[in-house]
Amino acid sequence: MLTQLITFLIFFAVIGCILYGRRLIKTEKIDAVFGNPERALGGTHWVIVGSSFLLLIWLYYSWDIAKGFYPKSANELCQVAKVNDSLLGLKYQFPIEQRELKSTSQIRQENKNLKKITIEIQNSNDLNNEQKTILIGFITKTKQLIPLLTNENLLEGETKQKINDITGKINLLTENFKKPDYPFENEQERNERLKAVSEEGGWGITKVDAGSGTIENTIEVPLVPATNRGLKFDAAAQELNLISDEFFKLRNHNPRFQNTIKELKNDVKVYRNDLNDSEEVASSYAKNIVKIARRIEFASIYPPNALDKMQNAIVNFDKAQIEAQGGLRFVDIFLFPAGTIVASGPSCSEQGSGRWLPKPSDTLNKFVLMSKPSVGYKEIPLLWINMVDVSKMIGFILPDWIADILPGDYPVHTKDGIVKQNFKGKVLKFVTGDFKLFKIPVPYGHIWDSFLRVFLGLVFGIIIGVPLGLFMGLNRFAKGFFDPLIELYRPVPPLAWAPLIISVLGIDNTGKVFLLFMVSLSIMIISARAGASGTQLSKIHAAHSLGASKRQILRYVIFPNSLPEILTGIRVAVGMCWGTLVAAEFLAGTTGIGFVENVAKKYFQYEVIWITIFIMGMLGLLFDVTLRKIIDKTIPWRGKG
Amino acid sequence: MSDLVSQNLNMIFKTPKGETVHALKDLNFTLKQGELLTVLGPSGCGKTTLLNITAGFIRPTSGTITLNNKEIDGPGVERGMVFQQGALFEWLTVSENVNFGLRMKKEDPIKTQKKVDEWLEIVGLKGFGNTPTYQLSGGMQQRVALARCLINDPDLILMDEPLGALDALTREKMQSLVLKIWKETGKTIILITHSVEEALLLGERLYVMAPRPGRIHKEYKLPFASMGLNKDLREIKKNKDFSSTREEILEMIWDMEEEIMGKEI
Repeated sequence: MLTQLITFLIFFAVIGCILYGRRLIKTEKIDAVFGNPERALGGTHWVIVGSSFLLLIWLYYSWDIAKGFYPKSANELCQVAKVNDSLLGLKYQFPIEQRELKSTSQIRQENKNLKKITIEIQNSNDLNNEQKTILIGFITKTKQLIPLLTNENLLEGETKQKINDITGKINLLTENFKKPDYPFENEQERNERLKAVSEEGGWGITKVDAGSGTIENTIEVPLVPATNRGLKFDAAAQELNLISDEFFKLRNHNPRFQNTIKELKNDVKVYRNDLNDSEEVASSYAKNIVKIARRIEFASIYPPNALDKMQNAIVNFDKAQIEAQGGLRFVDIFLFPAGTIVASGPSCSEQGSGRWLPKPSDTLNKFVLMSKPSVGYKEIPLLWINMVDVSKMIGFILPDWIADILPGDYPVHTKDGIVKQNFKGKVLKFVTGDFKLFKIPVPYGHIWDSFLRVFLGLVFGIIIGVPLGLFMGLNRFAKGFFDPLIELYRPVPPLAWAPLIISVLGIDNTGKVFLLFMVSLSIMIISARAGASGTQLSKIHAAHSLGASKRQILRYVIFPNSLPEILTGIRVAVGMCWGTLVAAEFLAGTTGIGFVENVAKKYFQYEVIWITIFIMGMLGLLFDVTLRKIIDKTIPWRGKG
Repeated sequence: MSDLVSQNLNMIFKTPKGETVHALKDLNFTLKQGELLTVLGPSGCGKTTLLNITAGFIRPTSGTITLNNKEIDGPGVERGMVFQQGALFEWLTVSENVNFGLRMKKEDPIKTQKKVDEWLEIVGLKGFGNTPTYQLSGGMQQRVALARCLINDPDLILMDEPLGALDALTREKMQSLVLKIWKETGKTIILITHSVEEALLLGERLYVMAPRPGRIHKEYKLPFASMGLNKDLREIKKNKDFSSTREEILEMIWDMEEEIMGKEI
């Protein structure tokens, strides 16, 4: 419903904006020439057209429009696909979609094979004349098998009767299929089917596993027929399956054929048994000849006009089912671009773009679902808060050895079994956080973890990188001493360090924060160094003659002067860290946005992949916008000095 | 006795190629308290080197330079400096720039604010205290630089082509301001310039320096600065003595430049 509404809205927005744009061009004065940048100003309506177009394409190619406007279409087309599949084997026997009868092409093929093997035997150097004669004799006998099958006079009455039976069944099916109440479902059957339909759920429904709370894979297209039309096709498909099984079990083996092939097999068997090891070539030729005979035995070869009535029956049914499809065929072609449901066969999968480009509606549903802290992903919410006692944080921050270094001993229980607390014991309780204070909300979850890693890596990088960079920009020793170190590790792509760091420091936060620290450190050092060494000498001279000490010059002149470079460096570092983090989370870990995407990839959860891509884009944008705001506030003089 | 005394001042630079450049050779002069000295000369004659040595940014190769009988060794507050292009701290406001020296001395900010306002009024920037310096015009920036230097109450003010980057009209106004400040404060001032007119107008004494090696070529004692205290500067420029001296100096500098060119060719 929402999808329909949105589609209409977008559609009219596009048309409206294009019309507005055309009118604007006509009414505008021609005061801006080509190449004048003023021509590119404004144009919000084109923004609407652009983004709407993108959305429209997404809706269309992800088959969301099909789902929005015709929710039952996938299910119905699935039933059509079943019929197509059942009919395929039968149709294949006749020149309906093929150029010739299956029998004709099989006979031609086998004759060709026999001819080929004849020439091979005659030209073979490994066979003596006697062997050649015998083998050619086998071939001649095999050749004689075919007319035994295609001779109308030899066709047995029983076989004829069976063909007539099958033809009759097909004709009956066609007749019934045309009736509106086919397949004559009774009340009980109907109720059972509807129950199965409701249990299966709709197209692309998201199911949440009640126990673990994890999101299961989406059911692509429900298989149980939900509509009357669908039911018709489903029932016909089942009947057709039975009919085609019956047909393919049928063999046109008259007694003469049976005798001939039996003789042939026997002769070959005897001949091969008599051969010794040195006559392997003759043996294998004989074996091949029997193989061809077997293929002829099991191919459905009939006299030329024996199946004419059956062909007509199948053509009639095909016509009837195409007629019954009605507009559905066009729905399949136009509403399911880049691959159709019918083409995917009776498994009814959303192959084509339908899978890797998930529907906006499904994606949104899943996102809303994942945002619920009780669902999350892999039992961890995306972003939520935990009430944590402040004492736990104190315990985490304060090292335990504070208690250890105090004089005295920890309390020992008395002989009455009572433990009397002393000062040292109380301090230990305090530094380990074993007490209660008030609780404060602390965020946690995948998004928070990723954010925290970037933030910590960046903060450590700044704390160490900026002073070191400034120092290197001002001091020959520092520059010379630290330069080789930094220039050696910096050009290595950060991810190249990842396996080493992760295996040394673990897959948890420590390793990733250290990796990001390495990334941000080099960037911060280089930018701070550039800032420091780029300070105008006259400013430093001025500060000197105004009585500033070395420390004051560093604090009040060189540092603020380097600030633009440092902040730009931070911006670059954020981008680098963000990219590295996601890749590092791909490699190893149990939380974080990159981890979510990696797991989703393993289970082909395309919706989740798109959601993670979206979250990463938004977080990256958030970082950048925040930094840009900070830069504008802190260094308004940038570029104006 | 707050005289600036230079004795046998020599400055020899070594270029990266290994050539030696004699920037200053045997410079001897004495500047009495309250004198305004302008220094003029073609480029490369060691004007800026002399100023940098006096400011204490570089040390002479030999010879001594003393202020108040104290040898100059490193930069100090008693020698204020004004640069060609402000060299203001653009991350600070006008007040904060002017205040910078006092803040480095950790003086009481309430008291200093009063001083800052006074000096801003003297240089004609009343009400601009909270303006960021990057929003000021070139002339205003030089006024801030003057105030920033003067608030420290230095004994000697060194000006390195302070008006060089200004347009003609602003330049004239600033010249009057420099004269006004010189009169009101009675500071000793060394002013380096490229403009002969400016050197004549502002200089109580004028050194014309010659290059290679850098030395004082000729010294003038001029009346125009004292005249300029009460008179319009443009009136003075019409003075006959003024124009004849100007022509004389211009000729001198032209000769020097030609000599350099000849040497180079």
